[in-house]
Amino acid sequence: MATNARGLTAATTVRIRDLHRSFTDDRPVLSGLDLAIEPGEFVALLGRSGSGKSTLLRALAGLDQDARGTGDIEVPEQVSVVFQDSRLLPWQRVLSNVVIGLKGPDAKARGREALAEVGLAGRERAWPRELSGGEQQRVALARSLVREPELLLADEPFGALDALTRIKMHGLLRALYERHQPAVLLVTHDVDEAIVLADRVLVLDSGNVRTERRIDLDGHRDPSDPRFARIRTELLAALGLGADLKETA
Amino acid sequence: MTAVDVKPAETDLSGHDDAAGGRASRPRGKRRLGPGKAIPLGYLIGPLLLLGVWIWGSAAGWIDPRVLTAPWTVATAAWDLWESGRLGPDLLVSARRFALGLAFGVAAGLALALVSGLSRWGEAVVDGPVQLKRSIPNLALLPLLLLWFGIDERMKIITIALGVLIPIYLHTHNGLRSIDGRYAELAETLRLGPAAFIGRVVLPGALPGFFLGLRFAVTASWLSLVVVEQVNATSGIGYMMLLAGTYGQTDVIIVGLVLYGLLGLGSDAIVRIAQRRVLSWRRTLED
Repeated sequence: MATNARGLTAATTVRIRDLHRSFTDDRPVLSGLDLAIEPGEFVALLGRSGSGKSTLLRALAGLDQDARGTGDIEVPEQVSVVFQDSRLLPWQRVLSNVVIGLKGPDAKARGREALAEVGLAGRERAWPRELSGGEQQRVALARSLVREPELLLADEPFGALDALTRIKMHGLLRALYERHQPAVLLVTHDVDEAIVLADRVLVLDSGNVRTERRIDLDGHRDPSDPRFARIRTELLAALGLGADLKETA
Repeated sequence: MTAVDVKPAETDLSGHDDAAGGRASRPRGKRRLGPGKAIPLGYLIGPLLLLGVWIWGSAAGWIDPRVLTAPWTVATAAWDLWESGRLGPDLLVSARRFALGLAFGVAAGLALALVSGLSRWGEAVVDGPVQLKRSIPNLALLPLLLLWFGIDERMKIITIALGVLIPIYLHTHNGLRSIDGRYAELAETLRLGPAAFIGRVVLPGALPGFFLGLRFAVTASWLSLVVVEQVNATSGIGYMMLLAGTYGQTDVIIVGLVLYGLLGLGSDAIVRIAQRRVLSWRRTLED
């Protein structure tokens, strides 16, 4: 457990205090969770299924009307969400999907720019169904970034992609993040993905953050690097998957 | 899916199982399941077949002309009617009633579907009466409509519109409610206003349902037209047929029937073409 950066700086983008959420009476999903994310910080959220990662993300996105609970949530004005499915409107062409709801005369130009940034220049007039899964998710990224969010929430955005596409998307997301510098909360179940992308990794367990790990690997993050492997082992252990278990698996 | 030479997959991270699958080779080109490729002007084949049977049966003498007039007799009757200037005006009157009734009915059905689809209160107020109207046939309402609106054009157009409203409402409402809830969630995160939400998500999402409703509505419009023109009218194709019935002119009756049929088929074709244009974002078994 490397750091205690939580909530010490004055300027925070996200601040959550004592968050409780539950769907049924008997078992709370989140219980007394505290979290602070600094401006431009890339945080990954790991956890087993049912650990409440998506519930936390949906609470930040304001999408948890169906959940009950208390707690303080401070989020910035501009929040964008990337879902596991690209969630493109099938009846809108790619560019319209990107600029949907944007105002101003330069909306289309900004949309084109965003599409070019994700490597989809020239596909503005395509229908979503004509794109591959990875391309659709890149459109979803463009749709999020064109809004210049201060906070980007991503709920297993690459979960439905194949391994090769996922690796490419990691590079793209990291590059976009470095250009736009939003704070990011990435929910994932993929430990390597979390280590490759994030500055700080949180492990959620039974409704609260149990483990926090700053990723102090500089430059290119290589899974074959022994330091990378050490962090992975640490995080897997935090997820309840000990080294001995891993050998036999 | 290709069945070309397969290399051993040593570095295959992609999870594609091209290499592992069986080796059954399949002739390329034809899709095995689904209806297959669209036949050009395919929707004409059935009606033309029917016409062929009619011509053939009449020519071979299997169809008694007293039972069903031969097609050429009907064609000459139609030509005579046109020449004498009787068919044109009647056709125009009928077409006008059809178009106005359809337009008002579609507008009303669409508005009601939006009100009822987007708000629970709207549904509580609107849905019941529409379902009530749905179970009352137009023919049964006609005496009342006659009392209320008289015997002029207004009554006819209102009757047609009432028949059109129902399928438009039902299918648009259903289409609207079947829109994936995740799109509403997306609209929330994109902070879309109500206008943008309706324009970008609700209406386009309900369009497939609306078009299905429109196809029913077009037919409903012609059906209502027949009813209002045969019960109380002094012009229109229905009136022409009624008159022909009184004088025993079977050929004129058949002219009317064929006209109704052709107009119905034609308007349905127009709706289908529009549907394919507007819904080109979809990929279904239809394509």
